[in-house]
Amino acid sequence: MKNRKRYIALAVYFVLLMLPIYWMLTMSLRTNADILSSFSYYPKNLTFTNYIKIFTDRAWYSGYINSLIYVTMNTVISLSFALPAAYAFSRFKFLGDGQMFFWLLTNRMAPAAVFLLPYFQLYSTVGLIDTHIAVALAHCLFNVPLAVWILEGFMSGIPREIDETAFIDGYSFPRFFITLFIPLIRAGVGVTAFFCFMFSWVELLFARTLTVTNAKPIVATMTRTISATGLDWGLMAAAGTLTIVPGALVIWFVRNHMAKGFALGRV
Amino acid sequence: MARIDMQEVAHSYRPKTQTLHEYALKRIHMTWEDGGAYALLGPSGCGKTTLLNIISGLLKPSQGKVLYDGGDVTGLPPEQRNIAQVFQFPVLYDTMSVFDNLAFPLRNRGVTADRIRQRVREVAEMLDLDSVLNKKAAGLSADAKQKISLGRGLVRSDVAAILFDEPLTVIDPHLKWQLRRKLKEIHERFHLTMIYVTHDQVEAMTFADTIVVMYEGEVVQVGTPEELYEMPKHKFVGYFIGSPGMNFLPCTLEGLFARVNGTMIPLDERTANLARRASGKLELGIRPMHLELHAQAVADAFPVGILTVEDQGASRIVTLALNGQMVRARVPEEHLVPQQKAWLRFPPEKTRLFADGRLVE
Amino acid sequence: MEKWENNKAWFLVLPVFLIVAFSAIIPLMTVVNYSVQDIFGPGNAVFVGTEWFEEVLRDTRLHDALGRQFLFSGLVLLIEIPLGILVALAMPKRGWGVSASLITLALPLLIPWNVIGTIWIIFTRPDIGLFGVAVNGLDLLSVPFDHTARPIYAWITLMAMEVWHWTPLVALLCYAGLRAIPEAYYQAAKIDGASALAVFRYIQLPKMRGVLTIAVLLRFMDSFLIYAEPFALTGGGPGNTTTFLSIYLVKIAVGQFDLGPAAAFSLIYFLIVLLLSFIFYQVLLNVGKGEKR
Repeated sequence: MKNRKRYIALAVYFVLLMLPIYWMLTMSLRTNADILSSFSYYPKNLTFTNYIKIFTDRAWYSGYINSLIYVTMNTVISLSFALPAAYAFSRFKFLGDGQMFFWLLTNRMAPAAVFLLPYFQLYSTVGLIDTHIAVALAHCLFNVPLAVWILEGFMSGIPREIDETAFIDGYSFPRFFITLFIPLIRAGVGVTAFFCFMFSWVELLFARTLTVTNAKPIVATMTRTISATGLDWGLMAAAGTLTIVPGALVIWFVRNHMAKGFALGRV
Repeated sequence: MARIDMQEVAHSYRPKTQTLHEYALKRIHMTWEDGGAYALLGPSGCGKTTLLNIISGLLKPSQGKVLYDGGDVTGLPPEQRNIAQVFQFPVLYDTMSVFDNLAFPLRNRGVTADRIRQRVREVAEMLDLDSVLNKKAAGLSADAKQKISLGRGLVRSDVAAILFDEPLTVIDPHLKWQLRRKLKEIHERFHLTMIYVTHDQVEAMTFADTIVVMYEGEVVQVGTPEELYEMPKHKFVGYFIGSPGMNFLPCTLEGLFARVNGTMIPLDERTANLARRASGKLELGIRPMHLELHAQAVADAFPVGILTVEDQGASRIVTLALNGQMVRARVPEEHLVPQQKAWLRFPPEKTRLFADGRLVE
Repeated sequence: MEKWENNKAWFLVLPVFLIVAFSAIIPLMTVVNYSVQDIFGPGNAVFVGTEWFEEVLRDTRLHDALGRQFLFSGLVLLIEIPLGILVALAMPKRGWGVSASLITLALPLLIPWNVIGTIWIIFTRPDIGLFGVAVNGLDLLSVPFDHTARPIYAWITLMAMEVWHWTPLVALLCYAGLRAIPEAYYQAAKIDGASALAVFRYIQLPKMRGVLTIAVLLRFMDSFLIYAEPFALTGGGPGNTTTFLSIYLVKIAVGQFDLGPAAAFSLIYFLIVLLLSFIFYQVLLNVGKGEKR
C-alpha cells in the first residue's frame, strides 16, 4: 500500500518530466502552419517534412556529424588521460596530491563565458580553430577533472591486494592496468563515459566559439537558424528532438553499467 | 521471554517455486524452548540466516507459521514481534553517540528516560563500553562497533529472544573468546532465549546447550554436543562435527556383518536389525576416534596399510588403506603407531549404519 | 585504505595536468592580462592597474545581477536538493524499474542546453505551448500567462525549467548514495523499531552525506554560472529581470566589446564561485568530521 502510493507519485513525476519532451516531439511532426493555426494535444496531420529537411540539408545534418565526432573524441581523450591519473590518486600519496585534486576541480568553476575570447585567441595561435579536436580539447577542461573524480571513487573500491598480487605474479604495470585492472572497474568506466559524453554533448559556448563552418556543431546550427528563419517551430522542434537521440542511445547502451555503477554507490 | 514454534515453515526467494530444490528452506518444524541457548550450525548457504530472518520477521515465510508462546506472529513485522537480532557486520547509527545508539531501540518504544539510562548503563558495563558512552560511534574500532551492535540486542530486557547472526566474525580471536563467554554469562544470569548462528563447530559447542544442525535448507539434527558426536543422525552431521569427520564406507548388509569391499565388519544386533528394515544405499560410519589400531592381529581386526601419519600434538591422525578404501583413525599420543602395517578393529557398539545419508533407526 | 607513498605517481598525473593546464592556465593568464589594460586594438594597449576592477565593483547593474544570481541559486538549491532526495527515495531498488527510472531521469540531462531553452519556449508559449495554454485555460491569472510579459512569469518559467532540467542529476546522485547502504542497516532499524522518519534521519541522510556534498557543489556551481538556458528562453528579459551574471558578462564582453572590464568582472566572478564553493565544501566536510569525532 505504502509502496503503491510511492510509485504513483514517482510515475506522476516521470510523466511531468517527459511532458516537455513529448510536446517538442509532437511539434516536430507538424508543419509550422499547422502549429500556428490550431492547438492540439497530438499531431492530427502527421508529417515528416521537418525531419526530411534536416536529413537532406547538408547545413543541418553535418552539424550532427560534427557534434558526434568531437564528443566521441572528447570521451576517448578524457577517459584515456583520466584513467592513469585516477589510479595515481587512488593508490599513491605524492607531493601536492591534495592541491592538484582541488585545482582540477576548480576548473569547473570558471565562468565559461569569460574565457571565450582568450580561448579563441589561444586556439587561433596554435591553428586549431574550426577543427573537431579544438572543441574536444576545450571540453577536456571540465570533463577530465570530472572523469578523474568519478574513476577515483570506483578504483578506491578495489582492494590494493589485487595490484600487489599481480605485480608479484610478474605483470608489468601497463599490462596489469589494461588487462586486469580496467576490466575490474568496467561499470565505473561506463558511468564515466556517460558523464563525459553528456557534458560534452550539451555544451554550447565553447563549441560555438571555436568553430566556424567545418566543425560547426548542431547546437550552434540551431541557434543561428533560429535567428535566421525566425519562427519555424516545426523545424526547430525536429532539430531539437534529434539532439536527444544520440544521448538516448548512449544511455541505452550503458544502462546496465549505469545500474551497476549506481548500485556501487560510487558516483 | 517466549517459546518459539515453527510449524511447517518453508521459504523460497523466488515467487513461483516448482521444485523442492529451489527452496532455501525446506519444511522446518521445530520448537525453540523458552530460555534455551541454541546454536544454529551449518555451512554457508545452508539457510541459517534465512531461518533466523524468518524468526525475527525480516522475512515472511512462503509457507507455514511462526508462533511466539502460542500466538501466531507470521504476518507481523519485526518491530511488532519484540525480538532482538545482531548482525554479522556492525550496524551503527553513525551520527549518534554510543549512548544514543544503545538507547535507540528503547526510545523507539517509548521507554522512560530514567529506565533508558539505567538499562544503557547496565549493558555498557556488561560489554565494557562505559568509557566510550559519550563518544561518537563512527570513530571506534571494529571490535567496539560490534560490541555496540551486541549491546543494542541486549538492551531490551523483555524480548522474546535474541538472535545472533555470526556476530563475532569481525572480532579479534582473543576478544572473540571473551565475548562468547560474556554472552554465555548473560544467558545464565537472565535466562534469555538465545539463538546463535555460526559455521564454526567449536563456537557452537562452547556457546550452546542445544545445537541445531542445518544442511541444504533442512534441520538435520537437534541435540546436545555429545549427542551430535556420538549419534549423528545424518551423514552431514558426521562429516561436519568432529575433526577429522566421520569415516563413511559404502557397504552391504550380510546377516550381522557389513560387507565393505569383501571385508566383513561385525555389527551389533540392534544396528543390523534396523538396517535390515531400511531402504536405500547403505553406508557404514565410524568416528576416527573410535577405531582401534593394533600392532598385532587381534580378534575381528583387519590388516591395513598405513599411508600417512599426521601429528596433532595430543593425538595423531593416521590415514589407512583397508582393502582399497581410505580410512582415518585418531590415535592418542601415548599409543605407538605401527610402521607400514597394522590391524584395525571396528568396535560394534560404535559402528553405525546410514541409509541414503540418514542414520538407520 | 593506506596509500603507498611514491612521487613517481606524478608521471601518471602529468598528462592530465598538461591537458587541463593547456585549456586552463593560458586563457586565465590572458584574462588577467586584459583586466589590467585598456585595449584599443591589436598591439595598442595601456596599463591601467586596478581601474577596471574599481569600475566593475561600482557598477550597480552588476550588483543587481549578483543579487538576482544569489536569489536564483538559492532557490535552485532549496527546491532541487529536497525534491531530488524524495525522487531517489521513491525509486525502485530492483527489477526492470531500475533501468527504466535511470533512463527516464538521465534523458533531460542529455539535451543540449540551448535546446532545453527551445523546448521550454515551445512548451510555455501562450499560443502553442501546452503549459502556457493549460495555465491560461484555468483562467486564474489577472494577466494572461506569458513569460515575456511579466518578470514574475519569466522567473517562474525559468525556475520550472531549471528544476525540470537538473533535479534528475540530484536524484541520480542520491540514488547512488542510497544504493550503497547495506541491507543490514535497514534490517537493524526494523529490529530496533525505528520509524520511517528515524530511518531517514539516522541512516539514509548520514550515508548520503558524500553524494549530497557533490550534488550541492555541482548544482551551486552550475546554477551560479548558468548562461545558455535563460539566454535561449528569456534573453535576460523582460527588462533586465532575468539578466544573471553570465548573461551580463557576455553583454559587456561581446556586446560592448569592453574587454578590460569584462576580464576584471570575470576574475571577480571566478573568485566568488571559488570562495563560495570552498565554503560549502568546508562546511559539508566539517559536518562530517563532527560526526566522526
